[in-house]
Amino acid sequence: MASGVKPRVKAPKSASAGETVTIKTLISHKMESGLRKDKDGNLIPRSIINRFTCEFNGKSVIDVEMQPSISTNPYFEFEATIPEAGDMKLTWYDDDGSVYEDSKSIAVG
Amino acid sequence: MKFKTMSVIAAVAMALPTFSMADPDDDKLVINGEIEVATKVAPAAHLDGALSEVMSGWHFRNDDTQAMEMDDFDNPGMLGAENGMAIWEAAEGSEGKSCADCHGDPAESMKGVRASYPKFDEKAGTLMTVQMKMNECRTERMGAEAWKYDAGKAIDVEAMIASHSRGMPVNVAIDGPAAPFWEKGKEIYYTRYGQLELSCASCHEENYGNMIRADHLSQGQINGFPTYRLKNAKLNGVHSRFKGCIRDTRAHTFSPGSDEFIALELYVASRGMGLGIEGPSVRN
Repeated sequence: MASGVKPRVKAPKSASAGETVTIKTLISHKMESGLRKDKDGNLIPRSIINRFTCEFNGKSVIDVEMQPSISTNPYFEFEATIPEAGDMKLTWYDDDGSVYEDSKSIAVG
Repeated sequence: MKFKTMSVIAAVAMALPTFSMADPDDDKLVINGEIEVATKVAPAAHLDGALSEVMSGWHFRNDDTQAMEMDDFDNPGMLGAENGMAIWEAAEGSEGKSCADCHGDPAESMKGVRASYPKFDEKAGTLMTVQMKMNECRTERMGAEAWKYDAGKAIDVEAMIASHSRGMPVNVAIDGPAAPFWEKGKEIYYTRYGQLELSCASCHEENYGNMIRADHLSQGQINGFPTYRLKNAKLNGVHSRFKGCIRDTRAHTFSPGSDEFIALELYVASRGMGLGIEGPSVRN
């Protein structure tokens, strides 16, 4: 069970219709690769965020499959075209089954 | 045949004009589009002409690394500062008190603290760093255990405290009761350590702007500490950095929190007098 996991999202509060905006996301997570050993020589079990998705009004913006060896606190920056006002829903899926969510409302005008 | 190829390569390499790729740049550091940080200032009088211009290590990093520090969302060091704020508000120890119970909002109470430390403390009768003051509070007023020097929680709280001084000029007192500590720090700065017989000055005074293997040598200013380093993906304290440097000279080093490093911290801080505080900064 990963501890201290906290998602953060930076998105503009408003955009003009059809505008391309930059979304920045970061989730604090240790991203244990499963390949390291502790000081007694035992394998530390893998614990990573394995999938990250972003949806805008239910429509997929990006869907990322993540692998071990992505470093701690994974950061994603991407662009999205905003056709109309709505909610941007961001979801991170943890190896342990936990799902972390955040959402941002973007107004048009 | 092989020999011939080698000679041609050597000849071409020698014909290229010599230029240094490690020189500092002229970019301007503005954090979050609002905090202007002085990164190039005139040297203080006590430097006696040792440096022609005092420069933050920020100038020696590439544009991508520089940009990370210019926005709190992009600066991974701010995650530590955020955690430091949570620790600030949490009650701990036998007295059931938190930092916030006495000191309130750190944006007010801790403003300028990072810029003026290490500072001579009348009551303790010695030179004290921010982390020593934190531990004094913990053991004397909170009834909590002292944190290990430069370890996780201590560095997170120090980063949070530093963040409230960003942009303010380094201004440490080096006269009066602090003078003997400053002299001791200066002596350490110019002492050659280790099998490689290198002093701090050998790299950071005589060779800043040159390459050290694949990296750029800065002036070794400490206005940016605690520093988030990309190489170990965590916040690093200034004493840990000193230790790393001395270890690299193949010497037996002093420990973080030792009298030697406290004195050295004052001296190195004084070399950067006038530079804006950047902590938590981002470096390689």
